[in-house]
Amino acid sequence: MVMVLSGLGGSGLEYRRPVTIEEAVAALRARRHTVLAGGTDLFPARVGRPCDDALLDISGLTALRGIAETNQGWRFGALATWRDVWTADLPPLFNGLRAAAREVGGMQIQNRGTIGGNLCNASPAADGVPNWLALDATVELVSSTGSRRLPVAEFVLGNRRTARREDELLIAVHVPRPAHPARGTFRKLGARRYLVISIVMVAAVAEFAADGTIASARIAVGAASEVARRLPSLETRLIGQCPDPSVVREEDLAPLAPIDDVRATAAYRRDAALTLIRRAIADLA
Amino acid sequence: MRSPALPHRFVVNGRDIEAIAPPSMRLSDVLRDVLGLKGTKVGCDAGDCGACTVLVDGAQVCACLVPVGQVVGRSVETVEGLAREGRLHALQSAFLRHGAAQCGICTPGMLMAAADLLRRVPSPSEAEVLDALGGVLCRCTGYRKIVDAVLEAAHGGAESVAPSKGAVGTRLVRVDGVAKVTGTDRFGADAIPERGWLALRAVRSPYPHARFRFGDLDAFRRRQPGLVAILTAADVPGANRFGIYPTGKDQPVFAEGQVRMLGEAVCALVGDAETVAAIRDEDVPITWEPLPPISFDDALAGSAPDLHPHAPGNVLCRGRVACGDAATALASAPHRATIAIETSFVEHAYIEPEAGYAERIGDGIKIVACTQTPYMDRDEIALILGIPPERVRIVPTAVGGGFGGKLDLSLQPMIAIAAWRTGQPVRCVYTRPESIRTTTKRHPARIVAEAGCDEEGHLLAFRCHGDFNTGAYASWGPTVASRVPVHAMGPYRVPNVCVTTAAIHTTDTPAGAFRGFGVPQAAIAHEALMDALADRLGMDRLEFRLRNALRHADTTATGQVLDHSVGLVACLEALRPRWQALRAEAEAHNRSAHGPFRRGVGIACMWYGIGNTALSNPSEMTLGLKADGTITLYSGAVDIGQGSNTVMVQIAAEAFGVAPETIRLVVGDTARTRDAGKTSASRQTFVSGNAARLAGIDLRRQLLSLVNAGTDARIIPVPGGLEIRDGDRTMRPDLSRFAADANGDVLVGFGRFDPPTTALDADGRGVPYATYAFGAQIALVEVDLDLGTTRVLRMVAAHDVGRAINPTLVEGQIHGGIAQGIGLALMEEYIPGRNDNLHDYLIPTIGDVPPIEVLLIEDAEPLGPFGAKGVGEPALIATAPAIFGAIEHATGVRVTRIPATPDRLRAAILAAR
Repeated sequence: MVMVLSGLGGSGLEYRRPVTIEEAVAALRARRHTVLAGGTDLFPARVGRPCDDALLDISGLTALRGIAETNQGWRFGALATWRDVWTADLPPLFNGLRAAAREVGGMQIQNRGTIGGNLCNASPAADGVPNWLALDATVELVSSTGSRRLPVAEFVLGNRRTARREDELLIAVHVPRPAHPARGTFRKLGARRYLVISIVMVAAVAEFAADGTIASARIAVGAASEVARRLPSLETRLIGQCPDPSVVREEDLAPLAPIDDVRATAAYRRDAALTLIRRAIADLA
Repeated sequence: MRSPALPHRFVVNGRDIEAIAPPSMRLSDVLRDVLGLKGTKVGCDAGDCGACTVLVDGAQVCACLVPVGQVVGRSVETVEGLAREGRLHALQSAFLRHGAAQCGICTPGMLMAAADLLRRVPSPSEAEVLDALGGVLCRCTGYRKIVDAVLEAAHGGAESVAPSKGAVGTRLVRVDGVAKVTGTDRFGADAIPERGWLALRAVRSPYPHARFRFGDLDAFRRRQPGLVAILTAADVPGANRFGIYPTGKDQPVFAEGQVRMLGEAVCALVGDAETVAAIRDEDVPITWEPLPPISFDDALAGSAPDLHPHAPGNVLCRGRVACGDAATALASAPHRATIAIETSFVEHAYIEPEAGYAERIGDGIKIVACTQTPYMDRDEIALILGIPPERVRIVPTAVGGGFGGKLDLSLQPMIAIAAWRTGQPVRCVYTRPESIRTTTKRHPARIVAEAGCDEEGHLLAFRCHGDFNTGAYASWGPTVASRVPVHAMGPYRVPNVCVTTAAIHTTDTPAGAFRGFGVPQAAIAHEALMDALADRLGMDRLEFRLRNALRHADTTATGQVLDHSVGLVACLEALRPRWQALRAEAEAHNRSAHGPFRRGVGIACMWYGIGNTALSNPSEMTLGLKADGTITLYSGAVDIGQGSNTVMVQIAAEAFGVAPETIRLVVGDTARTRDAGKTSASRQTFVSGNAARLAGIDLRRQLLSLVNAGTDARIIPVPGGLEIRDGDRTMRPDLSRFAADANGDVLVGFGRFDPPTTALDADGRGVPYATYAFGAQIALVEVDLDLGTTRVLRMVAAHDVGRAINPTLVEGQIHGGIAQGIGLALMEEYIPGRNDNLHDYLIPTIGDVPPIEVLLIEDAEPLGPFGAKGVGEPALIATAPAIFGAIEHATGVRVTRIPATPDRLRAAILAAR
């Protein structure tokens, strides 16, 4: 064995790495912690300065790992990585989520970044969020006093804001089994091929009746408002039809509120969102 | 309360280790600073660049995003673990053979990402290689040689093939290549030997323009036990000024009461690393009084207050070249075209942030840091410390990319002052945001240009004015203002020319040197005009250029007669078959296209004067011979990845008459090498290469004269010395009878070359450069009309390099230049204060650079070493205009606001409907 000493002393405050959910939520009840999972958002926010948060490293919570089919649908453990998502054996319902998983950063990020962290970080450009909205997913939160489930739309509240209380831990994302055969898709737009932070993105899921028409559809647009939004008017209009890009109207974008930033103008985001939505619907055909 | 450092047991490269560190410490820092494994590089600390890619339990991760607490009990593999028992891994061998490592800073990350791939997918497709390596950024190579190397390593063969050897004209494996692929090359942050040394961190302005006052800094320092000193302008021993030109030293090391840019250093904290990192800038007692920033618009309008007393109206300087009567000729020209373009700040985005250390040694100072210009650094540091230049020693480290951005001083003055004042060694490593926010950029340009031709397509006149935003300080602004007018009409015969330029001060980041010094911006304008005039005449765009291309014996707008090495016609003729085929393919594709995708093919020409503009820029080299026959080249030319170390050895070997592997290299230490000028202006092969050649000739002459051998005698290295064979005579000169110098050399060959130029008069008339590089490139693009996105599908590049000293290195420069040209054209725009990181500031990834075909034209330059010119900057210049021509071919839209981001191109497409 090579023993090597560090001359750096300590940095950071408390660092806990519990192995059970009970320990983890007890720690969260006791004091404020920053929750650390894959680290892919935590460290970039601390460039050039020491990590001086009290950290709760949840990577040892094996109960939070894995992707499994359940009686009601599917359970994605909060520690499931993007790599886990794209290598999992999942039905076409998840084609969009899996496509997104292959485009979150590079493979280094896909190997580390977790679906739970992506939700809790609540970036307006989080690739997971529109997919979870299109999948009608709920999050499962636990604390020392109990657990609750929230639809993703009620969990992600704004730019870097969620409904998670400081004593709560997001432990899983649940996706209900659709009533009909379903397909998903995802379209992400950036100005380069890899390592793209979305200018705008669209996730879509449709369930199909026996005659091939759409029984229900959920279309969500990300990076075009503070939080990814579903487009109810479009979803309603698609019911009973075959996937037809021409049904998309500009008014369907009413829930969106894009901004100008370094990646694109607001006007472009609206325009590109329309194109991506049409392409996503064409993908579903 | 801080958590104690804890022991963490894990496996690194197959060895069990225990590292004592805080559990939240980044694995990259633990590997480098605790375990001493410096092969893992840090480029951003944010997971954006992938330089720190290592394998954890076999899967690639960014080590900067992994807390060491999470690798307990796991297996970590780094670049140090790739080679086994002295034998390179197949990937490392393939990288060497293909020239897939240039500066080498991304190489360990690339290798580890590739190693991850090959274990999962032993025989990958190209698409799988791109996906696997997509998370590692490279700024030098243009990625294509990396892709080729990984594919070759996967499919076998690389290990068994011996690297090619030879002198001039051969694909010699780069002499510093093994160090780069094994992770042992030492870059700025790797060179720092003692972790216990003092660290320095600059406190920087949060405003682009402000006045400020310090509070009680002494009291503040006393409250921070780990803080040794707070340095301000008052602590600068000599002049608190630096800058490129002797007359342009306008930038303070520490601002004096007023800041003119965001991120300007006002003071520096010196102490233990933890303390200086933990102090927030806003905790330092400084009172700020923000002033209105001065934008490019404000400065051009003339309404803003002067930022510098020597630059009234915020005009730093102007440039001009005129010949004939452009106004009259344009007025009467049968065909005219005009264009107005606007370009953006472009960040160099070398993957190695600035880093280094300074050490006071008696009454002198030694600075070990990454730099492109050791002797200029030496002279500037001498002025700042108020000591003679001889007492400053600059030891350049390996440079993890420069592209012009490491020509200016960055952290060197601060660490020098800190080491001088404290008497202790002081180190500093810039963070990525600090590097982007505070170092120079490519000048944003606003260029208005007009050209006219006759009915046969002969150019008659060209007129142009360019304003260049040079930011808060002069830096290389004067160079841009003087170089652009010479080149702004493009490499064409134009009898009537008037080009004017101005470098304008604003409160933006200083714009300085970046691969081409303003010529790439100007080329976008002149090539748009060539396309427009050709289209107006109904002429083929290539044939129009060919008709006007500069040829031997032509006279340029400065009045210079081009006697030799004008290979543009050969470039265009080499491209013609590809041009015609690709145009036809694209048009056929578009005729049958139903969806939103349209293809287009564009062409652009360039020329570029090698070396400084109308200024002396000599290089000196020495080649030493020891009594035991050891040959050493002492080269002050800093290799920033482009391969000058290898080129200098090849040239010296050829001139001296031995194989390159017999020559040892000492590079860039001002105490041991002579001044070979700066690595800039594409000058090292031409200027320093000539010095190396002359040094080789000189040593050969001295050696042969010892034994009265004829000039074509052969020099044969043998154990313990050299043999000389002249006809049937074999002689062994007795070198031991000579006294050895400080380097141990008994004979020293000396070479000096200064390219012959003249000063330019008020109309820019004269001989600004001794020789010019020429080139032309073709781009095939596909545009998504509905989204405004552009994909470059193929590039073909023909470059007249005079002579390719090392074709692999020349191709590497062209590939890398094209990659940067793609970035300039399509995605790169730095907005001060808004995208000072590598996820918001976009550079091309491995998926953004298409296959590149390189056609080398060798129209020998008699002045050049074995006919060679330069290629570093020429590689980039034609790319963006070729892409814009292609976009116009595909869409009918001419891009004028650059880069052509999806939103801008989409808006232009909509506006044209």
